[in-house]
Amino acid sequence: MAAVATPSSQYHPGCPVRGLGYVVVVGVLERNNVHVGGPPDGRPMVFAHGFGCDQTMWRLVAPAFEDEYRVVLFDHVGAGGSDLSAYSPERYASLDGYARDLLEIIRELGLERVVLVAHSVSAMIGVLAVNAEPARFDRLVMVGPSPRYVDVEEDGYVGGFRRADIDELLGSLDSNYLGWSSAMAPTIMQNPDRPELGEELTNSFCRTDPGIARQFARVTFLSDNRADLPRVTVPSLVLQCSDDVIAPDAVGRYVHEAVPGSVLVRMRATGHCPNLSAPEETIAAIRAFLRS
Amino acid sequence: MEGNDDAAALRDLYEHSPCGLLSTLPDGTIVKVNATLLTWTGHTRAGLLGGTRFQELLAVGDRIFYETHYAPLVTMQGAVAEIAVDLVCAGGDRLPVLLSSVLRHPPDGGPDMVLTCVFRATDRRAYERELLLARQRAQESERRARVLAETLQRSLLPPALPPVPGLDVADAYRPAGHGDEVGGDFYDLFETAPGEWGLVLGDVCGKGAEAAVVTSLARYTVRAVATESERPSGVLRRLNTALVRQRTERFLTAVYARLRRESGGSFQLTVSLGGHPAPLHASADGRVRKIGREGDLLGILDEVSVSDSTVTLLPGDAVLFFTDGVEEARSEREFFDEHRLTELLAASGDLTARGVADRLLHRVLAFQDDLPRDDIALIVLKR
Repeated sequence: MAAVATPSSQYHPGCPVRGLGYVVVVGVLERNNVHVGGPPDGRPMVFAHGFGCDQTMWRLVAPAFEDEYRVVLFDHVGAGGSDLSAYSPERYASLDGYARDLLEIIRELGLERVVLVAHSVSAMIGVLAVNAEPARFDRLVMVGPSPRYVDVEEDGYVGGFRRADIDELLGSLDSNYLGWSSAMAPTIMQNPDRPELGEELTNSFCRTDPGIARQFARVTFLSDNRADLPRVTVPSLVLQCSDDVIAPDAVGRYVHEAVPGSVLVRMRATGHCPNLSAPEETIAAIRAFLRS
Repeated sequence: MEGNDDAAALRDLYEHSPCGLLSTLPDGTIVKVNATLLTWTGHTRAGLLGGTRFQELLAVGDRIFYETHYAPLVTMQGAVAEIAVDLVCAGGDRLPVLLSSVLRHPPDGGPDMVLTCVFRATDRRAYERELLLARQRAQESERRARVLAETLQRSLLPPALPPVPGLDVADAYRPAGHGDEVGGDFYDLFETAPGEWGLVLGDVCGKGAEAAVVTSLARYTVRAVATESERPSGVLRRLNTALVRQRTERFLTAVYARLRRESGGSFQLTVSLGGHPAPLHASADGRVRKIGREGDLLGILDEVSVSDSTVTLLPGDAVLFFTDGVEEARSEREFFDEHRLTELLAASGDLTARGVADRLLHRVLAFQDDLPRDDIALIVLKR
C-alpha cells in the first residue's frame, strides 16, 4: 500500500540497484586489464604486480624485455584498470582466487613455457599457479617474496611482523583511503627524465577501492604459503633486496632453501620495490637467470 | 650585508618553520632535517643524519604502507600528498602527522632528492579516527538492520509453497527498494483439511517493524481460524476482529481463498475480498475475469462487509493473486495497471505457474527500472 504509507520522497531512484542485476560477462583480458607487447612469437614473459599499486610497477623493467619476449602485463582484480565489478569477497578470500585469474590469463592467451616474474605477494600467487599447472611454466622469478609475513611462534618461523602490525597496516589503509582519490592525484611534477609518465599514472595509481584494498591486505599479510614452496618444480630465482622491511633477508633465504634448486640473488637495491628503485639491477639479475 | 640577512632569514624559516621539513635520498636516507621536526619527535640531528632512513621513523604498519604505496608513488609520480601516518618519537610516543613529498632532480646533477613536509595533525587525526569509527559503526548497524529485516521478512512468508496435487502453484515476492526494510506484503498457502487448502495474500499499510507486527498477527490468525470457518468470508471476519482487538493503528487488505478438490479432479475456488484487488481468472481460451466482490478494509471497522464468490477451475485455467505493488507499479508517467496485467495473463496460456510468476515479476520490475516502489507479491495457480 505504497500510496498510503510511503511517500515518494523515500525512494531513491538514483541508487544503484541490488539484486536482479544483469550478469555482464567480461572477458578475462578486460577483467585483468591485460596488456601484451613484444614480438607475438617471442617467448612469453608475464609480469605480476604486488600489493599496493598496479602493473605500472613494471614500467621501468618490462620494456627491457620487449625486444625478445612476448611481454604480458596485467592488474589483479581490484587494482589499477581491472574490472572492479569482477571482484567478489568470496573468490578473492585467499590467494587461490588470484592464482586462478593468472592461469585464466595464460590460458586465454594460449601461452606455453611462461617466464613468470612476480613481485611481493604475487610471488606466492605465482607459486600457487605454477604448482597448479607446472607444465605451463618454464621459469619463476620471485621479487621480494615472503610465504608468511607474520611470525609463527609454534615453529619459530620469523616473518618479520606481529599480528598487531598487520592490524596497524589495516588502520593505515583506513586512514588513507578517504584521501585516496584526491591525495594521490598529483600535482605531477615536471619529470624531465621520463616525460611519458603523465596522466596515465595519475589515474592508474589512484584506482583503489578501499574495501578491496583492505581485504587484499588481509589476504596478503595473513596467508601462509610455506607448505607450497617445496612443491615448486620449475627453475626459480629469488631476488632479495637489502633492508627490505616487508620481506627481510632471512625470509628470502627461507624461500630459497624451501624451493628446490632455486637461485638466491641479493641485490644492492634497498626497500621492497627494486623494480622501481633499481630497474637496471633488476633487469640484469633476471637476464642472468634466464641465460643460465 | 643585506644578502647575509636574507640567508639568515631563510635559514631561520627552514629551521623553525611551523612544519617539519626533511630531505632524503630516494632510498629514504635522511640527509637534512629542520629543528621543528627534531623538537616534535625528540630525535637528535646527529642521530637522524647518521644513516637513518625516514621509513624507520614510522610505526610498523605505516612502514608497509610506505613501501607499498608511498615510495612507489613518489618514484613514479614525482609527488604524493597528505598521507596520514604516525611518526615514532625518540621516547616511543606516536605523533600523528600528514606527509607530502616531492621528488627533485637537482639542476647541478647531484643525486635525486625527496623533499618532505611533515604536518602535525594530532587533533585532526583523532577526529578523523572518530569519524571513521562512526562510519564503521553505521555500516555495521545498517548491515544488522538488513539482516534483521530479511530474517523477519522470511518469517512472514512461507519458505516454499506446499504442493497442491493436481494444481501447479508458484509465488514471487520482491520487497520495495533495496530490501533493507521489512515489507508489508504477506501470503501463505496451507492445507486445512484433506483435499482442501487455504490461501491468503495481504498487504499491511506501511512497512518496517510496526507493520511486521501486524503482518505476523494476520498470517498466524488466518492459519488459526481457517480450519474453524465454514467460508472464506468467515476467515476474514475473524481476522478483522483480531486486528480490531489488537488496537493496532494499521489496517490491511487481504484476499482469502479456499481451494477444494472435487471428486472428478476439478477444483472449486471460493474467494473473499477484504479491501483487496480481485484475483484474475484466465480461461484456457484467453478470457480474463475478476473473481470476487469488493469488501471492506480490515482492522478499522468492528463489523465488515465481505462476501464469497466461487468459480470452478477448468483444465488450462490460471488464477493470479497479487498485491497493489503489482498494478500500481509506476514508470515516470503511468501505472502498470490492470489492463497490462490482464494482457500478460491472457498471453501466458502455454506457461507453467512458475513461468507466469517469473514473467510477471520481471515485467513489473522492468517497468520501474528494477527498483520497486512498493512490495510486490503474487501467487499463480494453474490447472
